[in-house]
Amino acid sequence: MAKLESSFKNMVISLVSIAVVAAAALAGVYTLTKDKIDQQKAEKVNKAILEVLPNQGAGAIIAPADTIDAAKDLIVYRAYSDSTFAPETYIGAAVKISANGFGGKFKIMVGFDANDLIVNYTVLEHQETPGLGDKMGKWFKTEKGNQDIRGRKAGALQVSKDMGGDVDAITAATWSSRYFLGAVNEAYAAIANEKVEVVTSASKQQAAPAVEPEEPKEETNQDVEPVKEMEEDHE
Amino acid sequence: MSNAFKTFTNGLLKENPTFVLVLGMCPTLATTTSAINGMSMGLATMFVLVCSNVVISMLKNLIPDKVRIPAFIVVIASFVTLVQLAMQAYVPAIYDVLGLFIPLIVVNCIVLGRAEAFAAKNNVGLSALDGLGMGLGFTMALTLLGAIREFLGAGSIFGFQIYPENYVNLIFVLAPGAFIALAYLLAIMNKLQKK
Repeated sequence: MAKLESSFKNMVISLVSIAVVAAAALAGVYTLTKDKIDQQKAEKVNKAILEVLPNQGAGAIIAPADTIDAAKDLIVYRAYSDSTFAPETYIGAAVKISANGFGGKFKIMVGFDANDLIVNYTVLEHQETPGLGDKMGKWFKTEKGNQDIRGRKAGALQVSKDMGGDVDAITAATWSSRYFLGAVNEAYAAIANEKVEVVTSASKQQAAPAVEPEEPKEETNQDVEPVKEMEEDHE
Repeated sequence: MSNAFKTFTNGLLKENPTFVLVLGMCPTLATTTSAINGMSMGLATMFVLVCSNVVISMLKNLIPDKVRIPAFIVVIASFVTLVQLAMQAYVPAIYDVLGLFIPLIVVNCIVLGRAEAFAAKNNVGLSALDGLGMGLGFTMALTLLGAIREFLGAGSIFGFQIYPENYVNLIFVLAPGAFIALAYLLAIMNKLQKK
């Protein structure tokens, strides 16, 4: 068969038909794999929940997911020992949270027991540097020096390089460690009963002596405005 | 027969896409942080390369010359998306590692380059062999580069620790190490080819 001539009609027909066939093939494969992909994702989350709960989630009944902050993908899965979900049957909770890391967003699942101590954690997704930051998946549950965070109370976890920190950071990946601990602290704040002052890597940057004098000014302005409104309300 | 054999081995050494043609540098530099990452990326590229070569060589007479590039890209992109969906559904463990890099295959100039330079001019059988040879050559190069970087950077190969536990040499895991390792490999290959 001779090669089609590059006339306008031929070009349009051949491009359109290739695009249509490709689109149809992709739509077909998408429908075929969609259920399977969703199932894999749900399975992964369920596996992670059980993994981080006390006793690997044995005998736990998980209450419906409680979305705290959709933007941060902050979801709390509380576990109870029977289906009444009464407070005295509370076993612990698995908290899913995503946060910014050194190389992009990462997503972790942190488990807490009934006393809000960290049971276990697992990294669901990350884009940290291979060989360095990606060690976070194992580092903080390895019993060595001060790097194990299991059994500790979260909320103020910090790397030992920072003031007041006592968790050993991953070798050559201090920033990944800071972001990770910040996310764990935030996850804790979501389930803690009392309001906690969360130490995240972001809040630390704000807490550092302000270089730009404009920042405090803005804050005072914001503080003033609500007061004005309240006065107006009274009048 | 000898022609087919020649086509197949062409991609392995004489016209190795990475070391001789120096094509597809983006995935080469980005994904070779470890041997296993490099190898998986190479295999995924090989699959797309073989499929797109076969389809394009079948369609070569139906595609007018002036629109051949967009037509080729549509075919290649479709296969890449197909690989991505299939991986996500059936081998999620590998997808977790490679997911980010799969879409990169679309813009890998080896794939388009072979479609343009080989598949558009040869029959289906030879095109498939060419895709296979080029794909294997690419996989080999990526695995080699990945293994070198992993060994120098993290002291292990394919995840097996060779050096003591906490050995870390940042530069080889990060981007500059990719350039350095690739440059030395290219120099060695050139030296060997000249002989």
